Amino acid sequence: MDPRSPTPLATCDRRDFLRRAGYLSIGFSLLGLSGCAGEARASGTGAGAAPGGPPLDDERVDAWLRIHPDSSVTVFTGKIAIGQGILVALRQIAAEELDLALDAVKIVMADTGLTPNESYTAGSASIEGSGRAIRRAAATARMLLLERAADRLGVATGLLSVAGGVITGPDRDASVTYGDLVAGEQLTARVAADAPQKKPADYQVVGHPRPRPEIVTMVTGAKGADDYVQNLRLPGIVHARVVRPPVYGAALRSVPEAEVRAMPGVIGLVRDGSFLAVLAEGEYQAIQAWQLLRQRAVWDRPAPLPAQAELFSAMPGRATGTEVVASVAGLEQKFRQVLATVEATYTRPYQMHGSIGPSCAVAAYRDGQLTIWTHSQGVYPLRASVAAMLELPPADIRVIGVRGAGCYGHNGADDAAADAARLAVALPDRPVRVQWMREDEHAWEPYGSAMRLQLRGALDGNNRISVWETRLWTDVHSHRPGGDAAELLAAQYLEGGPEPPTEGYLGGGYRNSQPIYRIPDLHIEAHRIEGPLRVSALRSLGAYGNIFAIESFMDELAEQAGEDPVAFRLKHLSDERARAVLEAVARQVDWPGSTGEGGAWGIALARYKNEAAYCAVAAEIAYDPAGERLRVLRLVGAIDAGQVINPDGLRNQTEGGMIQSASWTLLERVTWEGGGVTSLDWESYPILRFPEVPEVEVLLIDRPTEAPLGAGEAAQGPTAAAIANAVYRATGQRLRELPLTAEKLRSQGR
Amino acid sequence: MSQSITLRVNGQSHTAQLDPEMPLLYFLRNALELNGPKYGCGVQQCGACMVLLDGAAQPSCVLTVRQAAEREIETLESLGTPDRLHPLQRAFVEVQAAQCGYCLNGAILCAKALLDENPSPTRAEISAALERVLCRCGTHSRIVRAVARAAETTPTTE
Repeated sequence: MDPRSPTPLATCDRRDFLRRAGYLSIGFSLLGLSGCAGEARASGTGAGAAPGGPPLDDERVDAWLRIHPDSSVTVFTGKIAIGQGILVALRQIAAEELDLALDAVKIVMADTGLTPNESYTAGSASIEGSGRAIRRAAATARMLLLERAADRLGVATGLLSVAGGVITGPDRDASVTYGDLVAGEQLTARVAADAPQKKPADYQVVGHPRPRPEIVTMVTGAKGADDYVQNLRLPGIVHARVVRPPVYGAALRSVPEAEVRAMPGVIGLVRDGSFLAVLAEGEYQAIQAWQLLRQRAVWDRPAPLPAQAELFSAMPGRATGTEVVASVAGLEQKFRQVLATVEATYTRPYQMHGSIGPSCAVAAYRDGQLTIWTHSQGVYPLRASVAAMLELPPADIRVIGVRGAGCYGHNGADDAAADAARLAVALPDRPVRVQWMREDEHAWEPYGSAMRLQLRGALDGNNRISVWETRLWTDVHSHRPGGDAAELLAAQYLEGGPEPPTEGYLGGGYRNSQPIYRIPDLHIEAHRIEGPLRVSALRSLGAYGNIFAIESFMDELAEQAGEDPVAFRLKHLSDERARAVLEAVARQVDWPGSTGEGGAWGIALARYKNEAAYCAVAAEIAYDPAGERLRVLRLVGAIDAGQVINPDGLRNQTEGGMIQSASWTLLERVTWEGGGVTSLDWESYPILRFPEVPEVEVLLIDRPTEAPLGAGEAAQGPTAAAIANAVYRATGQRLRELPLTAEKLRSQGR
Repeated sequence: MSQSITLRVNGQSHTAQLDPEMPLLYFLRNALELNGPKYGCGVQQCGACMVLLDGAAQPSCVLTVRQAAEREIETLESLGTPDRLHPLQRAFVEVQAAQCGYCLNGAILCAKALLDENPSPTRAEISAALERVLCRCGTHSRIVRAVARAAETTPTTE
């Protein structure tokens, strides 16, 4: 059979196929309707190796780890590697509890066919969640293995010792291995939350830096199982490009069908409602057809987007709902009782994830089974969402997590997967690879939400904050698919597609809106607005904007008090761990620090989500008014993430968070006009480049006996405020609208 | 419209019937199945698709196969393998200079071109040589450190 021709379909229920495949006006140029899908496995892509099937009950030990005859172990995590170094850290945890060398522990990540359902890899929760589950499972496994060994060797468990997967009795000549004890029968017992865990003082693997093996693949371009989804090349693969509308909500009116079909390599067009895509043998052929369709497809445009200039001023009049996060009775009365009130309004624009690798997915549909390879942060929720979109049973879909470019939240990954899935059912038996074009990634990813934050505070006679009010307006900060078809971009444009998306999750908008400081009277209101742009979770959600505002405001209050910003913070801080990170950074930069002409240091602090890692950051900036140049020269951070699993991984994440936040803070703002988003490449949406990147230093405060805390998003907010505070100390100008630019300093300074 | 074009990639000649206007990137990724060069932006702004063209770092997403014909093209794969890492690759592994790693192709090839010209660059020279490469994870400081380390450990007579 010609590998390029789709499997014939004659004996299938064609109406059912058309409903699912839904190519309404345009069919495949090579489509032949003379047989039924069948020999899919013959092409041996592995695509349908184990589709669907219920995962093991995640209360069972063997849902999390399996022991091999050679006593090595495979760990199963429902979380996905997205550049954060999670896999080696989880292996360290398992190796530690099982007394195995790190090399003896392998790991399988997020796969609905193999791993537990751990929902999303998000919220800096992988070590706290998956790490805890794997630690408990490993500790339970060790306990069970010791019990079996005690039976086998005829001695009490307390007399046994374990090393490298070998359990040895007291007389040293009797021993048995993990592999022997399991002998093909996995540990099916329930995970015991109280199984004895190793004492931190005895750790050999946890708490020590361990390299990430996938970096060898990354630096060589070698082919390996830990490769990127972008590099997945399955036999018979077809390249697809989706033609997005010119603006949100545009409706497809006409397509130059014959012209596109005649292009070299083009296999077919899929048009379903206003969802339009082209499939071709070659990737460049698909791109050429995409370019022609971009120019020549005709769309009905909706009403223009509202003017960007009015975004923030219009927010208070557009609230569609309110949540009171903290309240105090008689707020206005309290403000009337003080001598002076400080007020300030801060804004944070829409900002993008901006992955360097545009979103990509591969999907294959054969024998009624759909397999999707994706860099989505949530394979299980994505499976449910795709099932709803395509009206397929979830059990017939397998979603396999594969490494992608860093996403920093909910970017286009799930949407690309939905695109590929939709196209795969239209072209059964051939794997379909979709990679978004750069302009589509920029224009269509769900951005981090714009926020307006209005703060008001007052000091008592001792220069302590007596009353504080925050009123914030924000769009929601999560529209993750979560099992709902409506949040998938493709679904929103399908003929007869789902109802519009839900309201999303406002909670992210007031994440970290509560100051970490002791404040007697605190009032916080979060107002939901529905902004003009597509939004979802971007690293730290609303914490970035909230901490930027709070920690800028703390410096404004300190100035009102006539006190040093570090001393002023410390006098409002009772949490010893918060004090410790702040003091560590202050000490490291010899606060207030020395700088050159036009420079200054600024400082800021937060505890992510008010329950995860503590992070303080000091920033040194330099402003050259003649050259109109604002630079961040150095960032020094201190982080307390409780028990540190992999110090180098924590350091790497924190360095990266500080640099990424510096980029957001100095440069980033999505722009649009009535006709659509105008941030379409790296010139219209610049990010920090190497020569502008500050030197970074991270101090780790390890607390081995404390629980590990999520750390991957902890630096975002403090870095922004530290930069803003440094700018003020250097220039005397308070910039309250992100991004903080030399241009704003100049125009404000006039 | 396609024509016979010969490309020299990593020391080997490949002759194929190609659309002469196809960017080199798609030939490298899809015909030769090379993983080093990656699609990032398609307009020479991010460096993910970097190759060495006659020894100079050059994005491959706009450069056509016609323009690349008869030139000496080297990709990341020409430097070393997991078992025999090039000193630059080894330095990146030692420093753990990666988060998602998607930018490393561009970073390593720009560094290779730099060190071939200037074996003892300053930090500022390293940063300048990497300016065409975008990293979104914020791994910049480690990447610069890795290049400096490779420069220190590579014999300059090589």
